[in-house]
Amino acid sequence: MKIRLDNVVKTFETFRAVHGVSLEIESGELVALLGPSGSGKTTILRMVAGLEYADAGHIYFGAEDATDIPVRDRGVGFVFQHYALFPHMTVAENIAFGMKVSKQRRDKTAIDARVADLLRLVQLEGLAERFPGQISGGQRQRVALARALAVDPKVLLLDEPFGALDANVRRDLRRWLREIHQELGITTLFVTHDQEEALDLADRVVILDKGQIVQQGTPEEVCRNPASAFVMNFLGDTNRISAAVAGGIARLGEAQIPAPGFADGPVEIFLRPSDLGWSSSGAGIPATVARVIDRPAGRRILALTATGEAVELDVAPETQVSAREQGIITIERARVYAAG
Amino acid sequence: MSNSVKGRPSRVGDAPAFRRALIGIVLTLVAIVIVAPLVVIGYQAFSQGIAVYAAAIAHPDTLHAIGLTVVTALIAVPINTAFGVAAAWAITKFDFRGRRFLLVVIEIPFSISPIVAGVAYLFVYGLQGLFGPALEQADIKILFALPGIVLASMFVTAPFVARELIPLMQAQGRDLEEAATSLGASGWRTFFSVTLPNIRWALLYGVVLCNARVMGEFGAVSVVSGNIRGQTNTLPLHIELLYHDYQTAGAFAAASILALLAVVTLVAKVLLERQGAGRARRRPALAAPVAAPKTASAEVPS
Repeated sequence: MKIRLDNVVKTFETFRAVHGVSLEIESGELVALLGPSGSGKTTILRMVAGLEYADAGHIYFGAEDATDIPVRDRGVGFVFQHYALFPHMTVAENIAFGMKVSKQRRDKTAIDARVADLLRLVQLEGLAERFPGQISGGQRQRVALARALAVDPKVLLLDEPFGALDANVRRDLRRWLREIHQELGITTLFVTHDQEEALDLADRVVILDKGQIVQQGTPEEVCRNPASAFVMNFLGDTNRISAAVAGGIARLGEAQIPAPGFADGPVEIFLRPSDLGWSSSGAGIPATVARVIDRPAGRRILALTATGEAVELDVAPETQVSAREQGIITIERARVYAAG
Repeated sequence: MSNSVKGRPSRVGDAPAFRRALIGIVLTLVAIVIVAPLVVIGYQAFSQGIAVYAAAIAHPDTLHAIGLTVVTALIAVPINTAFGVAAAWAITKFDFRGRRFLLVVIEIPFSISPIVAGVAYLFVYGLQGLFGPALEQADIKILFALPGIVLASMFVTAPFVARELIPLMQAQGRDLEEAATSLGASGWRTFFSVTLPNIRWALLYGVVLCNARVMGEFGAVSVVSGNIRGQTNTLPLHIELLYHDYQTAGAFAAASILALLAVVTLVAKVLLERQGAGRARRRPALAAPVAAPKTASAEVPS
């Protein structure tokens, strides 16, 4: 089912949570809404579900205007951040709930068969008779997903699906959700504040800030071409250094960074730690090492430039470097954005 | 565990002299203030023998008072339960103007003297009151009759159920109801199969407290009932009447029945608290049936 949001607005009391968002999600697509807290991503998800009504604008499911269809009849599967499993029902009863209350009558054997199928799908065959309080967080998450899928939703919506889990479980579940999506092909929209999760999982990432979409595209597009300083900053660690452009070239120490299309004047240069190197000579920024942090994948140098700016850079694990050493920061890639 | 080992300095407030003094004071006060009067009730009720006790209880006026008290409770408690659930639901699941104000208003009967409520009902429904003449013309008797007694009891006990439910339902949030609705459940279905099972112990607890208070209410009922012996006397009013008539044994016999009701309430309350009702434990259904593989392994010293 294709979903289309047309200029949707939502205001809480005086706070404008969503600011005129238009978005299209193709049938079968897996899309991430990514943004910091307060960016309006959960509000958008809840409006698609029908748990909030939009103040203005329209939401279409396929050709149908779903804006005013109540959540009960909208046919969405919603997975809550804290799962919202019914604590007094067993896992099997939780999954069967949607089928039991639906207007479309099903007999008991059909429901039982479907519950067994879903338990197999989420790999929880042995846990049907347990209560939610007796299973782990990752298992609860999978029960919540099975429960949402049981009503054959047109759209699957997940609110911070892995937010409450620890890192290893989260990585496993992510892969697994990707597989389930491939198997079922259901249009899926999920909300996250974790850029790694969004990039790992989604076909397309929609980045939000202050209730507006600031960029959307495939993970490759948003990573290689961040549309703004905000996106650049939000997608990963970055150093921000002020510089001046003269004749289409920005200068940082001895380094020259092409800045085509920028008028002469101040700009901001964004440098990812992995796009920088450490060397004893060459054209770069002279700096002094303040501290070295060791990590499994390499060493991170915290350096102070001659002009007093702090810069972080990642180097290979074998690099011999220690505090108070002087050297040159070399630049492999940089992005230039207008100052401000 | 709290016995301090010899040679070790005692913890704060744990000196033996202090412990003994504190425990002694509390036990003495409990004996004088709570236990002694209850013992006296039992003793006095049977002071002239079982026959007199039985006769006092079997007296038509006493039986009528018991019946009236039970009828009042049978009407007032269900109505207040429905009101309490509705109020708790409205306050915790909806956002609306005046929500906080409603929360305060619901608590008024807790803080106001019941006699004020009784007098207020006089001014509203009495002959010289607001609706008095209209009611008299329609030949509807509210004061000095069952409706007045029920109304006054309801006023006094209105907050009991709501106050038990509101903190619990606030802690539970709206996620469960939203989940049920998104799965296609109707409002009633959501309430009966999702909300109610999760608040059932707290609800029962509130009902038990409400019932105890309805049966024991004196002040407000005394004003609106008119104290007509054998007609509008509830059990507490009847006890006072007997006492003023110098029928000590009868008064204490009737009182022993109220005391017995209190004991039953207390037992019910303790049982319910074990099930996780009350305000101390917020997620009863989650906490209750959990098997404990984790705690078992945690008990093994590492």
